[in-house]
Amino acid sequence: MTGRLPRRLVDALRPGAEGHADRVVPPSGYTARLTTFTAAAMAFLAVFALALSLAAGRLADRWSGALAQTSTIRISAPADQMETQTRAVLDLLQTTPGVASARLIEEDEQRALLEPWFGPDVPVGELPLPRLIEIVETPDGYDPQGLRMRLSAEAPGAVLDDHTRWRRPLVTAAQRLRALGLLSVGLIGGATAAMITLAAHAALAANAQVIEVLRLVGARDAYIARAFVRRFTRRAALGAMAGTVAGLAGIAALPDTTDAGAFLTQLGFEGLHWLWPLTVPPLAGAVAYGATQAAARRVLRELT
Amino acid sequence: MIALKNVAHSYGHGGGELLTDITLDLAPGSFHFLTGPSGAGKTTLLKLCYGELKPSAGEIQLFGRNVREMTRDDIAGVRRRVGVVHQDCRFLDHLSVAENIALPLDVAERPPAPGDLSELIGWVGLSARARALPPELSGGERQRAALARAVILGPEMVLADEPTGNVDWEMSLKLLRLLVELNRMGTAVLIATHDLNLIRAAKAQVSARVLRIRDRTLRLAGAEL
Repeated sequence: MTGRLPRRLVDALRPGAEGHADRVVPPSGYTARLTTFTAAAMAFLAVFALALSLAAGRLADRWSGALAQTSTIRISAPADQMETQTRAVLDLLQTTPGVASARLIEEDEQRALLEPWFGPDVPVGELPLPRLIEIVETPDGYDPQGLRMRLSAEAPGAVLDDHTRWRRPLVTAAQRLRALGLLSVGLIGGATAAMITLAAHAALAANAQVIEVLRLVGARDAYIARAFVRRFTRRAALGAMAGTVAGLAGIAALPDTTDAGAFLTQLGFEGLHWLWPLTVPPLAGAVAYGATQAAARRVLRELT
Repeated sequence: MIALKNVAHSYGHGGGELLTDITLDLAPGSFHFLTGPSGAGKTTLLKLCYGELKPSAGEIQLFGRNVREMTRDDIAGVRRRVGVVHQDCRFLDHLSVAENIALPLDVAERPPAPGDLSELIGWVGLSARARALPPELSGGERQRAALARAVILGPEMVLADEPTGNVDWEMSLKLLRLLVELNRMGTAVLIATHDLNLIRAAKAQVSARVLRIRDRTLRLAGAEL
């Protein structure tokens, strides 16, 4: 039964596939335009919700993946102990399981990091800045508690920052944003189904006399339902197509990804993700097909 | 073909019976008139005969099947074997006369044989009006179009409810001639009418049984005609 659905859906969309089954229903320009418009608006919103969800997903992956593999040790010590403690930390890290590599962040790099705040001429050497050591972890990672205990013994001025404190809420937020995006797509689909059910119900009720004539000449319920299903499926699919094109155009018109990390400029599709919005029109057609079938079955039962 | 046995029918909850103890057998090729005063239940009896109504008592067999056990789709199958002509005709007003006449073919997903449709439209004398819309037709033209639609699938029986109710005497005779011709080709015919002149005119052309609804039940009439 379910295997036949795509075939029926294609039949419903194919012009002239059902003789003049769809012509037996009088044309209704006003409701037709409203259905098409609503489907277009819903598809437009669905494309944006999809883009939001995919972008949030990428962000969550990047934050949970890339940042999870790095951490920093900050050393604040009196000037005469700085070198000793730095050497001690680097030696300690070489023998720490789970640490792939560790390197001291040089003055030039520190200057580059501070440049946005203090300008290009900042005298890094004269400022009481802490030393920074960047750690790259192995895939298995290290034991942060164990490392902290060893650091406090070997280099009292060293503080381990494994990014966990600020990374976890960011990753959680991005994951929830992705889930909310997907929930929005689902809600848009549900709202579309509800709207089409209402429109189909109204159209069927308004055409009670047409249904009476069709039954008089021997029409089965499937024939009568098909006339309405075909009409609403086509309207929804065409409207969704227009809405999807408009949504994609809107996404494509967003600024380029010039600022690394700027979430809004990354709100879009990347690579194969551009194919996802193309599923919106057929899905809208499928939703309209199912909703109209259900409405038709109910109304035809009531009109017995 | 269509058999009613001790059938009763009442409308609504607690309403009295409009028809009671009706027994009727409509055999292939038969010709019946159903008469009686307005409100006697002629239309109700016709509706029972094509499955639009179910009896409140008794048994109705439509082509060998008990109507109570039939689904909506089964009833649709009966409608393809029984052509129905209503007094008010009931067309799809946005389709042309030809499309309305061909509607049963489309519903049954049967393509019309080349020439059959135009031949049928010519048989009922509507060739010049084939492209017109139903609201543009006169009462007689509507009745003839309804008759053409009722017979396009080659039904085994035609049920006509006051087919001459809205037309003049000359048109009544034309319609009667078409129905008699249909009966001669083997189709059973049941005409509900209160027009006794029409019945007399028919009896001169065809052997017809006349049934009268009186006191909510069916009686064979004849002597008074």
